[in-house]
Amino acid sequence: MTTELSVVAPPAPAVRHAEPRLPVPYRVIARWPETPDTVTLRLDPVAEALADFVPGQFAMVHCFGRGEIPVSVSSIPTTGGLAHTVRGVGAVSEGLCAARVGDVLGLRGPYGTGWELERALGQDVVVVAGGIGLAPLRPLIRDAVAEPRRHGRVNVLIGARTPDDLLSKYETRRWATAYTGVTVDRPADGWSGEVGLVTRLLDRARFDPPRSWAFVCGPEPMIRATARDLVHRGVSGDRVRVSLERNMRCATATCGHCQLGPVLLCRDGPVVGWDRAEPWLSVREL
Amino acid sequence: MGAITQATAVLDRQGLAALVAALVAGGRTVVGPTVRDGAVVLAELTSAEDLPFGWGVELDAGRYRLTPREDGAAFAHSAGPQSWKAFLHPQREQLWSARRGPDGVPTFTETQPESRTYAFLGVRPCDLRAIAIQDRVLAGRPPRALDSARAGATPFPDRGYRQRRRGALLIAAECTEPGATCFCVSASGGPAADGGFDLALTEVVDDDGHRFFVRVGSEEGARLLDGVPHRSADLTTESVARGAVDAAREHMGRSLPPLDLRALMGESLAADRWDGIASRCLTCANCTMVCPTCFCTTTEEVTDLTGDHTERWQHWDSCFDLDFSLLHGGPVRASTRSRYRQWLTHKLSTWHDQFGSGGCVGCGRCITWCPAGIDITEEVAALAAERDAAADDQHTAHDDGSAHHDRGPQP
Ligand SMILES: Cc1cc2nc3c(=O)[nH]c(=O)nc-3n(C[C@H](O)[C@H](O)[C@H](O)COP(=O)(O)OP(=O)(O)OC[C@H]3O[C@@H](n4cnc5c(N)ncnc54)[C@H](O)[C@@H]3O)c2cc1C
Ligand code: SF4
Ligand code: SF4
Repeated sequence: MTTELSVVAPPAPAVRHAEPRLPVPYRVIARWPETPDTVTLRLDPVAEALADFVPGQFAMVHCFGRGEIPVSVSSIPTTGGLAHTVRGVGAVSEGLCAARVGDVLGLRGPYGTGWELERALGQDVVVVAGGIGLAPLRPLIRDAVAEPRRHGRVNVLIGARTPDDLLSKYETRRWATAYTGVTVDRPADGWSGEVGLVTRLLDRARFDPPRSWAFVCGPEPMIRATARDLVHRGVSGDRVRVSLERNMRCATATCGHCQLGPVLLCRDGPVVGWDRAEPWLSVREL
Repeated sequence: MGAITQATAVLDRQGLAALVAALVAGGRTVVGPTVRDGAVVLAELTSAEDLPFGWGVELDAGRYRLTPREDGAAFAHSAGPQSWKAFLHPQREQLWSARRGPDGVPTFTETQPESRTYAFLGVRPCDLRAIAIQDRVLAGRPPRALDSARAGATPFPDRGYRQRRRGALLIAAECTEPGATCFCVSASGGPAADGGFDLALTEVVDDDGHRFFVRVGSEEGARLLDGVPHRSADLTTESVARGAVDAAREHMGRSLPPLDLRALMGESLAADRWDGIASRCLTCANCTMVCPTCFCTTTEEVTDLTGDHTERWQHWDSCFDLDFSLLHGGPVRASTRSRYRQWLTHKLSTWHDQFGSGGCVGCGRCITWCPAGIDITEEVAALAAERDAAADDQHTAHDDGSAHHDRGPQP
């Protein structure tokens, strides 16, 4: 095999090109808990703003004294600013979850590739999210349902471990889609919805595989299973866009941490076509 | 640096001393080889007297020894434990600091990169190529008249690197005596400096004396040479110098197999050989520290006692470190097998995809400084043999109609 993962042209550089590693102060202007361990922070620039984000891109978010981590943009309000949805899993992410309204964080970005929903013009759209994976997909879904005539049928498939782990519960119901399905691995009392893997919902989704684009984010095993299933159903591999995660220290393609074979995920990803990611995600511990 | 000129000259030892003196007087930090603690290290030179005149080295896998030389040569040693990245891409560097005011709002201040104006004296051709490779990774584009291919140029260069690199003057020392662990020729390089230098020296010691054949690589190099006593190149010195470099090509201590290594690595992800290497590799990360192209870094946050001041530091990291691939839930590359595979596959294959060139220049440092004596040329040959054996097996199996072996996932 020749290692044939072409390098996608990087997006336009952020405003602060001269100081690429320096965070820009952003204030928390609203905060709401999504689940017991996940919080959404609505952020506005204190003074200077970063360049505009597109859905799928991420920022490096700094928590004072703890460090900085990559977090996808989970909302791009037309009024400016942005939102991040963070799941507390360690020092930095828990510090961010604990941020209060009025606190100031440091942001740099935007980094990475976007979902590029515009490529799915006139086509059916299948969005598949697992757990926190819904966060980076949320701005894409909002765009897709906001202008229904631009696309064919829009489907949103959401999976989580338990009902408590579902993000955006209220918003989910309001999305005007051809099909919205929600499933959990482990039901709790009072759960009357679906139980099982998110891939099971694909049977209900309404899409014509050869005329569809899919956008997938979640834990890696879920991404693998979903993408394979979609391809098996006839969606072309390059139209299955997946957002991947690796350790990231710089987000400027110089720290070497986010390699996945030939790809630097901060520069050539995090959103990549499944046709390109598949060979590398199929090897253990790559 | 302008285009490489054809200008040549000859410097004697006094001329070399004057050259170093001129660089020091010009305010440059001159770094070059010098003997310290039983090795030829790279350190700041105050005069040409600090050069390792009369020292050579004996190298082998896991072995390095200084040996005295009769001829008094200064550049007859091969690559030592350090490389120039220690100066251009330092082990630790502060990126920025932040202070939180009484209103809780942090002010982020970029730390000005340490900006000495370097002159590197005695850069081996392999290390010139290594610098050009790091230029692509860390400076985003060749800062001066280096290679012009721009595949995968990084959009957000490392500011400190770029600043130090821009100011650095490079004086190459071509190789006439490759070490036993050297294999630059099979890593598509060679013992001759083929660009990217301001001046290139070839040391000649014979009955006509101790002298340096000089090739001028830039206008700055030409100006520097003009300022020190030198003579025009005579045919004898030139032909002895060029002859010695040509001969060195034939005396490489080791070699990589002449194969498409990118393809080999891509086809070897499931090879058994990785387990064999893993049984020897100590994951000590020495190979990545000594390698002149390895560039990976991590970051850490250092706070003071008040908690209102914080500093962001960058320091070298290694893909052999377990934390390197940490995600919530654990490291992606937990086994030694997967970490060595990452290192070698990156060097020889995926580096091309990421940065438009390979990541190994054949300097041999990783072989010399591996405590387990792991030799990448030998490991590549073993991977090739394993692949060929598997292909033979498959043929035989198909010939007799039986099922072929499953070699695991093959992207
Ligand atoms: C492109 C991208 C987008 C992401 N988007 C989101 C999002 O929208 N919401 C969300 O909750 N999470 C997101 N993540 C995951 C999030 O970055 C990690 O959960 C976070 O880095 C964990 O850091 P920690 O210090 O809180 O946790 P710990 O588990 O304590 O981390 C331990 C150490 O590992 C490091 N580490 C662990 N995972 C990562 C990682 N992925 N990158 C860099 N360092 C890591 C930490 O820096 C820390 O030093 C995203 C990750 C990537 C790569
Ligand atoms: S991999 Fe080894 S031989 Fe190649 S450049 Fe690095 S240290 Fe030198
Ligand atoms: S290959 Fe050798 S130098 Fe590199 S990590 Fe393993 S034991 Fe250490």
